[in-house]
Amino acid sequence: MLQDVAIVGVGHSKFGNRFDVRIEELAWEAVSEALKDANLSAKDLEFLVVGCAGGWSAEALPAVICSEYCGTLPKGSVRVEAACASGSAALTVAYNFVASGYVDLAMTLGVEKMYESPPPVQIELIGRAGNYFWEFENFGMTFPGYYALHATSYMWKYGLKEEDLAEIAVKNHFYACMNPKAQFKKKITVDDVLQSRYIAWPLKLLDCCPLTDGSAAVILASEKIARKITDTPIWINGIGASTGTGNLSKRDAFLELEYSGLESAVEAAKQAYKKAKIEYSKAAKCFDVACVHDCFTIAELMAYEDLGFCKRGEGLNLLREKQTYNGGLIPVNIDGGLKAKGHPIGATGCSMIYTLTKQLLGEYSKIAGREAQATIKRGKALAHNIGGTGHYAYVTILSLEKPNP
Amino acid sequence: MFKLDEITKESIKEKGLPLIEEAKTKLPLYVSVRELPLRFQLATAKIQRFFEGLKQGKIYMTECKKCGQKFFPPQADCPQCLESDMQWIPLNGEGELLTCTMIFVKPLTHMHYENYIVGIAKMKEGVKVLAWLKIDDPRKIKPKMKVRLITTRREPEGFITYEFIPKET
Repeated sequence: MLQDVAIVGVGHSKFGNRFDVRIEELAWEAVSEALKDANLSAKDLEFLVVGCAGGWSAEALPAVICSEYCGTLPKGSVRVEAACASGSAALTVAYNFVASGYVDLAMTLGVEKMYESPPPVQIELIGRAGNYFWEFENFGMTFPGYYALHATSYMWKYGLKEEDLAEIAVKNHFYACMNPKAQFKKKITVDDVLQSRYIAWPLKLLDCCPLTDGSAAVILASEKIARKITDTPIWINGIGASTGTGNLSKRDAFLELEYSGLESAVEAAKQAYKKAKIEYSKAAKCFDVACVHDCFTIAELMAYEDLGFCKRGEGLNLLREKQTYNGGLIPVNIDGGLKAKGHPIGATGCSMIYTLTKQLLGEYSKIAGREAQATIKRGKALAHNIGGTGHYAYVTILSLEKPNP
Repeated sequence: MFKLDEITKESIKEKGLPLIEEAKTKLPLYVSVRELPLRFQLATAKIQRFFEGLKQGKIYMTECKKCGQKFFPPQADCPQCLESDMQWIPLNGEGELLTCTMIFVKPLTHMHYENYIVGIAKMKEGVKVLAWLKIDDPRKIKPKMKVRLITTRREPEGFITYEFIPKET
């Protein structure tokens, strides 16, 4: 019998160009905050699972370097890679370690130090995150380029316009201004987005998330330990995971109307909903708040549809009616999202869990103010974390209630 | 991008250490003196026919002789049947453009090319292919436009690869 798993502490570094810290010092910011949040010491942890994509930073063994610096030695550690979903993949591993009874207390640390290499090198390495020979070696694909293929397809199918996408950037910048940990603190307008330069047509600079250094940490405990640590554990009600094709050319999304999003995200959502007993077509009404993977504006639009918040091609309506602002049908990325909070590849999944935990506890208002605190009525929140361009997909459902009451 | 070597050398000469000031924040950074050349060598033995084909102006896909599944990129093994008996079939080149993008901000190793258009087309045989689309004016691109997949030499390197061109030309 699997044990229920609760979140008992979270921590989050400042996101941005962190030229002031090395990777282990950056990790420390999130780890120490999470330990203080749970009133634990590093020695209490039984396992450290580190989500880190790496490649652009010097340390080849970030799990070991961060374990040593943060004081968790000699406990076990491992590094998990799932591109931009590494944080959620690491959470899944730690969740299963606790659920299975292998350990009772584990930490997931997401950390990424991208600016140890210059931006052109970072762009090169993310561009390789597909099927190397068939998309990168000869055709020089970039990460914005992969999502641009989806944006063009969506435009051709549904008449999406560049100014529609700009609305997503405007929303997420608006909320990032309230988040003290966010990389960008500047409100922008639709015109600002439209006047920014093209990165990969039809996506422009302000359609894209920045390159970011950052870390976030989540402490997971079995029920018996969680009850000793806190009166308000946040429960993991279900995690769904799916893998998409390495080659974007193999995606059916470009063919048929009904497949216009990321197939892996749909699959991951359905798995998670099944575990949490949520109906796909009614999903928007089951959550108080969601963090979705908006590495590019088009990605957030596809997420609305992939998660069942609306029908195919109707994501634009949600956006135009401001239904994904706080107070709407389903507030999305009201911490600024990847787009404006920043996207330190391996840390993003854990950053989502940090936001949603604080939201469910009603503590987000203390961090970002009341305008960014969702009203908690249903007691459920959703994290949608994509690695690559739907190469990996993880959907995690958090709740104030135990999965098996 | 800063030139690692020059700055490193200069800093060591001046200060005895490869320490620089980050341009915007003025924070101190230690520039590693170890630069790693990274050039991969990829095995082609199981799909060598594809590369032989390119030399003859042909672009091959594979089809599993047992279940009929078609593969592009071509692969030698069928995960459905657990068999490795493939038929090599050259694509006739006719396709329909499903989506495209133009890359303005290029990866480090592709900086020397002009902005390029990458498209995905569905080929007559049913497989889909990702490649550059060469077109004189990007405004002529239309959804579902007919394209041809041809082999070409990529300059300035001069190696053979494949690309889409509009069907009319």
